[in-house]
Amino acid sequence: MDNNDYIIQVEHVTKRFDDGKVVLNDVCLNIKRGEFVTLLGPSGCGKTTLLRIIAGFTKPTEGRILLSGKDISELPPYQRPVNTVFQRYALFPHLNVYDNVAFGLKLQKVSEDEIDTRVLSALRIVGMTEYEERNVNELSGGQQQRVAIARAIVNRPQVLLLDEPLSALDHKLRVDMQLELKQMHRDLGITFIFVTHDQEEALSMSDTIVVMNDSVVQQIGTPTDIYNEPANPFVADFIGESNILNGIMKRDYLVNFMDKDFPCVDKGFEDDAPIDVVIRPEDVVMHKDPNDGQWTGRVTSCIFKGIHYEMLVQTPDGYEIQVQNYTAYPVDSEVGMSVAPENIHVMPCKSLFNSIDATVIDATHVFMLGAAFETKLHTLPKGTHVKVAVDFDKVDMLDDPADGTAEGQIRNILYKGNHYFIDVKCSNGANIQADTNDVWEDWDMIGISIKPEDIRVIEG
Amino acid sequence: MMSKILSNRANWAWPYAIVLLVFVVMPLVMIVYYSFQDAEGQWSLHNFHKFFLSTDSVNTLIYSIGIAMITTILCILLGYPAAYFMSKKEYRLPKVMAALFILPMWINVLLRTLATVALFDFAHLPLGEGALIFGMVYNFLPFMVYPIYNTMLKMDGSLIEAAQDLGASPRKVFTEVFLPLSMPGVYSGIVMVFMPTISTFALAELLTMNNVKLFGTLIQENINAGLLGYGAALSLIILILIGLTSFFDNEE
Repeated sequence: MDNNDYIIQVEHVTKRFDDGKVVLNDVCLNIKRGEFVTLLGPSGCGKTTLLRIIAGFTKPTEGRILLSGKDISELPPYQRPVNTVFQRYALFPHLNVYDNVAFGLKLQKVSEDEIDTRVLSALRIVGMTEYEERNVNELSGGQQQRVAIARAIVNRPQVLLLDEPLSALDHKLRVDMQLELKQMHRDLGITFIFVTHDQEEALSMSDTIVVMNDSVVQQIGTPTDIYNEPANPFVADFIGESNILNGIMKRDYLVNFMDKDFPCVDKGFEDDAPIDVVIRPEDVVMHKDPNDGQWTGRVTSCIFKGIHYEMLVQTPDGYEIQVQNYTAYPVDSEVGMSVAPENIHVMPCKSLFNSIDATVIDATHVFMLGAAFETKLHTLPKGTHVKVAVDFDKVDMLDDPADGTAEGQIRNILYKGNHYFIDVKCSNGANIQADTNDVWEDWDMIGISIKPEDIRVIEG
Repeated sequence: MMSKILSNRANWAWPYAIVLLVFVVMPLVMIVYYSFQDAEGQWSLHNFHKFFLSTDSVNTLIYSIGIAMITTILCILLGYPAAYFMSKKEYRLPKVMAALFILPMWINVLLRTLATVALFDFAHLPLGEGALIFGMVYNFLPFMVYPIYNTMLKMDGSLIEAAQDLGASPRKVFTEVFLPLSMPGVYSGIVMVFMPTISTFALAELLTMNNVKLFGTLIQENINAGLLGYGAALSLIILILIGLTSFFDNEE
């Protein structure tokens, strides 16, 4: 595709802070002219840093940013034709509404008459006419938000950057502003890059969603693509509600999970390949008669959500499935359930066990994850670089980081129907995954220990 | 009984109220009272009359205000950049600088001033007006630096970024946003420096070998000479002036 179709190109951008922490890892992203793009992810995923790099407040450690095909990586923020709407609005408290909005135009030495026309028209777009003389501190959050948007769009930027601009507003106002922003985007015809952690906001506003987690882009696509065809369990879990289960692809069009075979529409996997299965709660069909449907279960909770009921159903094999239905099934009732083949989303599993880089210290120890782990006797010479394998369920997680051999922080938790699958970032930056039945929370600092016999050394 | 009184927190304020009454309110009332009394103990405006007829006294007042203004302006010129560098994290100086600025404050003002005298002596510099201004700036600089430093430290960094984002070059960011937003600190600094310098007298005596007379000296001389009413009137005049400058601080 011709480069000029893209207004912003992010090329292999990596950002490493002074303390060595990587917040963006080789991020590539092309944004088309006039698109409404949303960077979506949990806090700490790097989305705000990416926005700040595009705005020019932060310099990438590696990689570059192109605007209409021209490298702008070295341009200071005041020379970039982009404007930002800040999370906390950042209105100048010493200026009134009019002067706040006129700030950029005055710097560009635009004539007084034109400033007046453009400021008033920007205030009209955001519905803030007749507030010109007001002190910005007298305005409500929603009004300040509107002035902040007017201050940015009055400069007619090529790209408007919005850093979680709606997060400080209450729910109703937020929904109104979503519609208004969408309308503004249509009317102004400029590119919007919107940062949020709110998946609903992203789904309802965007042309394209960029899902980020742990410094990496997870998936880029339209809202429907991302919702219907999540690229991995993280995206499935983060966007909307989902049941995520371990499964095996028996052969083309036949998948096994919860120890049962289900027909599906996916093919092209190796026979018996391990996979992750995602089923949206609204796609589970419930049957009054437990004998109907593909599997059975007992309702353990039923909550009214306004339009639908949200129920948890426990299967006899110990799996917990989330179901949404317009009809309520009372707690403790036995139900049958089924799912249409096209509603079973199959995604390849990266691996079935942890594969970790390690260095041999002596006959009974290897160094990995930032610590020395005891292993069973092996005959490799000291200093050999090896890969070791550890099964997910053999990783012990301990409350007190000091109790473990290595230390780590919980970065992501997936519920897989009958256990949690936890992603831990160790102090040396490497990740390790663990299966557990214990309840943990994101960002918990934990200790990691592994029994010597559970560390299998694979020769490097 | 006692515990009942103590349990009501509002009662805890009483000792302070009494102290304030005895040591602040009463002296103020006495100043006002004496300043409107003539030598015979009659109510009159005699003392104020005397002041405005005495060219010497009026000149001393104007001179004192001049010295205080010069001191304040020098403190702003020296203190503002100092506060600016201290508030910038990237210079990695702040802790050391803050400590160095506060260090002289550990020592009594008179000792510091005597040391200044000794320093001038050692350097064979003449005592007088120059030494006085040097001593006052040296003594009052921290009172200018700290309010400005605090204002700068609390400034919302996103405002600076917003200005850059809207096209302001580093120079424009400073003149259009940083400077106006740091002005409240400067106003506080002005009040903190101008008010005490205008009534200084000990510094003037020590640093000018009694050659320069400030308004504070005038008050002290008159009261020492037993002219209580006149001294009180002069004090009242200075109090009103100081009161006026404090409007500076409440401006915003």
